[in-house]
Amino acid sequence: MASAQTYTPIATQTIGSAVATVTFNSIPQTYTDLVLICNPEGSASGNGIILNVNGDFGSNYSDTMLRANGSAASSVRQTNNSCANISNLSGLPTASFGTYETHFMNYSNSSIYKTILSRGSNADSGGGVDVIVNFWRNTNAITTILVSTTGGNFMTGSMFTLYGIAAA
Amino acid sequence: MIIPGILASGVSGHLGGNYYSIATQTVGAGGVSSVTFSSIPQTFTHLQIRLAILTSSGTPDFAFTFNGDNGNNYDFHGIEGSGSGVNGGNSGTNRANMPIAVGGNASTVPSVAILDVLDYTSTSKTKPMRSLLGYDGNGVGYAMIRSGLWYTTPVAITSITATVSAGTVNQYSSIALYGVK
Repeated sequence: MASAQTYTPIATQTIGSAVATVTFNSIPQTYTDLVLICNPEGSASGNGIILNVNGDFGSNYSDTMLRANGSAASSVRQTNNSCANISNLSGLPTASFGTYETHFMNYSNSSIYKTILSRGSNADSGGGVDVIVNFWRNTNAITTILVSTTGGNFMTGSMFTLYGIAAA
Repeated sequence: MIIPGILASGVSGHLGGNYYSIATQTVGAGGVSSVTFSSIPQTFTHLQIRLAILTSSGTPDFAFTFNGDNGNNYDFHGIEGSGSGVNGGNSGTNRANMPIAVGGNASTVPSVAILDVLDYTSTSKTKPMRSLLGYDGNGVGYAMIRSGLWYTTPVAITSITATVSAGTVNQYSSIALYGVK
């Protein structure tokens, strides 16, 4: 059974001055899955990290979220949403850099809807951990990813890296 | 192009050469009820299975066995968010397999999972594993974390079979096996 190296860095963006969005364009279609590693700090508390793919801001996203804040666990669902959530709804830390790992499964397959699997943590006081399954009701291959915050900016030093995983 | 606020950006090569694609099962027209990876190389330290599957109906289990072991030698614990509540649970009595993805519930809603199997070549340790999994169908779904153990007499894992408990795994589903050095 042969094997081949993969998990390839596609692009990295490191924030030099506060920005509201980060975009990955012209994503190669030569992989099976994408992995987006976000290490952001926000400028304003009470905000989350969201995604839009292929410039789609329509009500074509939904999610199921499992989250815990150190004292309680809960689960919420959003339907017909205008973005994907990759953090708890107020998950973007402002006193530390969070860790968010998002998997775009079968992103280049143009025959199926896309399921996006995330896990993240916010180490601020009042932060927490979460697992989120997002659903994008579109069969198009994902070619662009826009990362935003629901309020404020991503601060200096925030880092965003996109990897590609190719199946044999 | 200069993007305001972006200090640096770049593209580089492989991630240290430590992550390898071993094999992929992509399901064709007609679907399948099971997939098998056999003759798994013993040259890695850990295995990772990444899957996105469509199922024909209902919410079946998609369950893994190792080395053809269908005995009651599997166990798991997990926590699940259903969208309205949180449930913690375990496999109760010993199971004959390790369930990973619990149904996409429709032919258009992929159920996804990432399963890590640690130190799979060891002949002195039982095999621990963890998984991150779920699906969302715009009003139905779950998000879940599980740990698991295949606790038969320690042997290296040389084959993995995944079987759907009802119906079939449909076209466009993929189950991919990776090795981590």
